[in-house]
Amino acid sequence: MSILVDRNTKVITQGITGKTGQFHTHACAAYANGKSCFVAGVTPGKGGQTFEGIPIFDTVAAAKAATGATASVIYVPPAFAAAAIDEAVEAGLELVICITEGIPVRDMIRTRYAMRQTNTRLIGPNCPGVITPDEIKIGIMPGHIHKRGVVGVVSRSGTLTYEAVGQLMELGLGQSSCVGIGGDPVNGLKHVDVMKLFNDDPQTEAVIMVGEIGGTDEEECARWIKDNMRKPVVGFIAGITAPPGKRMGHAGAIISGGTGSAEDKLAVMEQCGIKVTRNPAEIGKLARSALK
Amino acid sequence: MTSLVRAWGNASVRLYFADFVYRRVLPGRRTVKIHEYQAKDILRRYGVAVPRGIACFDVAQAVGAGSEHAASGWVVKAQIHAGGRGKGGGVKVVRSTLELRQRASEMLGMRLITHQTGPEGRLVKRLLIEEAIEIREELYASLVVDRHSQCVVLMASSEGGMDIEEVAAKTPDRIHKSYIDPLAGLGAQQAAEVAREIHVPGALTQQAVALLQGLYKAFDETDASLVEINPLAVTGDGRVLALDAKMTFDDNALFRHPDILALRDLDEEDEVEIEASKFGLSYISLDGNIGCLVNGAGLAMATMDIIKLYGASPANFLDVGGGASAEKVTEAFKLMLKNPKVEAILINIFGGIMKCDVIARGVVEAVREVNLSVPLVVRLEGTNVDLGKRILADSGLAIISAANMADAAQKVVAAAKRP
Repeated sequence: MSILVDRNTKVITQGITGKTGQFHTHACAAYANGKSCFVAGVTPGKGGQTFEGIPIFDTVAAAKAATGATASVIYVPPAFAAAAIDEAVEAGLELVICITEGIPVRDMIRTRYAMRQTNTRLIGPNCPGVITPDEIKIGIMPGHIHKRGVVGVVSRSGTLTYEAVGQLMELGLGQSSCVGIGGDPVNGLKHVDVMKLFNDDPQTEAVIMVGEIGGTDEEECARWIKDNMRKPVVGFIAGITAPPGKRMGHAGAIISGGTGSAEDKLAVMEQCGIKVTRNPAEIGKLARSALK
Repeated sequence: MTSLVRAWGNASVRLYFADFVYRRVLPGRRTVKIHEYQAKDILRRYGVAVPRGIACFDVAQAVGAGSEHAASGWVVKAQIHAGGRGKGGGVKVVRSTLELRQRASEMLGMRLITHQTGPEGRLVKRLLIEEAIEIREELYASLVVDRHSQCVVLMASSEGGMDIEEVAAKTPDRIHKSYIDPLAGLGAQQAAEVAREIHVPGALTQQAVALLQGLYKAFDETDASLVEINPLAVTGDGRVLALDAKMTFDDNALFRHPDILALRDLDEEDEVEIEASKFGLSYISLDGNIGCLVNGAGLAMATMDIIKLYGASPANFLDVGGGASAEKVTEAFKLMLKNPKVEAILINIFGGIMKCDVIARGVVEAVREVNLSVPLVVRLEGTNVDLGKRILADSGLAIISAANMADAAQKVVAAAKRP
């Protein structure tokens, strides 16, 4: 089954004509059922052109009207990316995946505020995207390291997610869907939102939760898991050894309780029945043991 | 008897920490932290009442500043990008021009050590000479972005001053939180409520409202990530003043604030980190013996974690990012090699956007350009991995190949130990 996206999802690429947009659209269209999924691009002023056979429109609304697309992926530069999200939301898309890194927090605050009245789901910004292996890849992850299977992955990181997937592959384990929620402080789906989807997905039998220092997303997710999750969850938190006061990684404003430290997160996760490892090389093995 | 001026430094480690996270945290970009006097300059423009003060770079200027104020006393404040100045001797009240000259001479050029500077302290090159203020009450106010509610929160307390972190920890209910609607901003009514909550005397409500609204406007329009006023003072002569000001800025927004970027004090920043930023590398100096070059912040942190697990310590955090060119990789390599503590280097790359052959070419070029005197372990995975591995193998260089993260960590730690 998978979550969020599958072989039938129709995707608009915003910022398709930029270097990044072109590179990744090419790769995504070439992956699994991508040729049928990536149905339109949007770059204001370039409507009427095409990219590798994909028609380009001036606006998301026009692209949606012409193709019936329900999702978009955004490769627009940071100064304009929040506006691109706004446009996709206003056009009534169901899912928006924003890859762009570096969007000012103030812009995201306004965008998220406006989204409260809508049903659109946002993933990101500053995220690698979503992949349902052997069906569709929306984002920048290397498709070839994935294969269809029963382990769900949700992560704030990009390359650390690939590391976890790589380890699963070494053990012969595939993935139902991998969701990179990104590292920005004001963003869309959180760990817990994705966890709920995995809980209801018949194909997913276990979930790997990858987190890192900063914020309280992982704790919040852990508490929900304790009361609701019907499948095993295993986890890893990056940054145990990050010295206090010198934090590295994704931005986090520490306000709503919790110190944001890796140890605190791991403690809460363990209390909530999530098996964790402090060794990033053991994530795959941990998932395998959960499936037994 | 109303209290006299006290020495104070930046309290609130918890929020300073928030600032540190923002300052250090986003890959590929520099963060800008500014001095107290610069923050006050900005806030003054937004109608926030601050003490009269002048920034000075030498003793003559400091003495001149004193005569300009003609106050009953002045405060000589060291300007460094760290808190705890008061306790460290970086804030002194003076009552005469002679004393002002003496304190200014002592402070300029001194190594100020506080609990936030580390044992090496910071060289004081700038002073802020301010009118001395008679403080009746010390309150607290700050603005940060709250991840959970996804909007800006105004935090305020009647218990401002040096022990605010204890207040936050022990009696969190004494910190009042007020969430701000991003479209409406901070209205007078909401600001007045906050003033009431923190016991601003009724007669001074208007002043407090103006100040708080000014703070929010400054926060919003400068794309700040933190504005902290501690203490927010109620003075003996019936004023509400921001006695200390701390501002940090969202790095993601600096492209639209060149004036703030210009406030950078390069003396306050790590030389290598400044160098790294020129090449768009996210680099943080640490204390250990294993240099690390990784793509992606999460994987970089995980790499540091596994190095520690295997018994060594990272010498740096370095995220080369997704779109790095061979040149960027070469520069990253050279930066790491400048660190005398480095006994071995680990390159851990899982290429998504980053291509393994690009990294490999960069590594080979770098090794050829500099004298590689320490063992090098390289672990490549992902896009173009076979090509990358071949480039390394064909180079004829003494590069230790690793199959996975555990193998890489074990090998680099062992290599560092070899005499």
